[in-house]
Amino acid sequence: MRNPLLYSILIFLCAASVLEACQSDNELNYARYYTSGKQLYDLHCQNCHNADGTGLNALIPPLTDTAFLKNNRNKLSCIIRHGLSDTISVNGILYSGVMPANHEMAEIDVAALVTYITNSFGNKQGLYDVSRAGTDLKNCAE
Amino acid sequence: MKITYLLVAGFAILTSCTQQKKKLPILGEREPVEKTVDGKKITDTLYQTIPAFSFINQDSAVVTDKDFDGKIYVADFFFTTCPSICPVMHRNLFSVYEKFKDQPDVKFLSHTIDFKYDTPAKLREYANKLGVKGTQWEFLRGSKDSVYTLAERHYKVAVQEDKLAPGGFAHQGWFILIDKEKRMRGAYDGTNKEQVEQMVADMHTLLNEYKD
Repeated sequence: MRNPLLYSILIFLCAASVLEACQSDNELNYARYYTSGKQLYDLHCQNCHNADGTGLNALIPPLTDTAFLKNNRNKLSCIIRHGLSDTISVNGILYSGVMPANHEMAEIDVAALVTYITNSFGNKQGLYDVSRAGTDLKNCAE
Repeated sequence: MKITYLLVAGFAILTSCTQQKKKLPILGEREPVEKTVDGKKITDTLYQTIPAFSFINQDSAVVTDKDFDGKIYVADFFFTTCPSICPVMHRNLFSVYEKFKDQPDVKFLSHTIDFKYDTPAKLREYANKLGVKGTQWEFLRGSKDSVYTLAERHYKVAVQEDKLAPGGFAHQGWFILIDKEKRMRGAYDGTNKEQVEQMVADMHTLLNEYKD
């Protein structure tokens, strides 16, 4: 350990491995949200929005409009929890059907669903965690 | 000479066996009926058939069983605001509809069980948004009694008003295949992709039964 070069390399490696561990912790967290989100999606959303998120023609909107999901990121939790009866424009098509509410769904599940949806079907927005969901759900327009 | 006749007869029997067409079973109740033909008593089978009906379609036109004469068709029960199984059923049925599009002897019939909300205008809007043009696929509205009786007694599909069910109605997702004689020839789970593919195959088999 008297060689300063060796010493600094060792320090660097230590720091790198700590950072690496942090990184994979985040990744693990993301994977947890995503996996549980997929299960919830199959249970609650797939019937209407289809397994590949393509919706149903002009009746049910697709989840493949990445711009829509990005611009409405902080509204997605509210839509899942409270449903939707407004007319919305997705991929240039107007959708006016009613989306049912999921009042019983826990915040953690809403967060998992948003994580899954915003990272599938061509979307790539990263982790949407439970504290974010909590904040967004408090701000739902009633 | 006699041997030649035998050979010909034998050959005819053999070829008739191999050429026998695949046929779909006939479903539903059946009862034997005795008839007198040419002075002889014979026993025939009477199959269950879909009775006469008269409903209003998505164009506010009257549609009756006569509009299905000489056609095979697929029938199901749904309602336009159904949040549970209907989207899956009609996603699947739409793909079948596209396969048989403009084929004059194939029709589709969706009975709404929401007799209050699903007016012809609502049905038209639904059909448009689903991507259905014309009337090869009829969306029909009738009184609660007539539609529910037809469903349960004749198509053998359970339907009911149920305030606890999502959307207010509970129903089964069967696709029922009806032949040109209005007999039931198949029932398929409309939410199951494999069964819907089976139905497409069976529709071809059924159409073949009418070809010489």
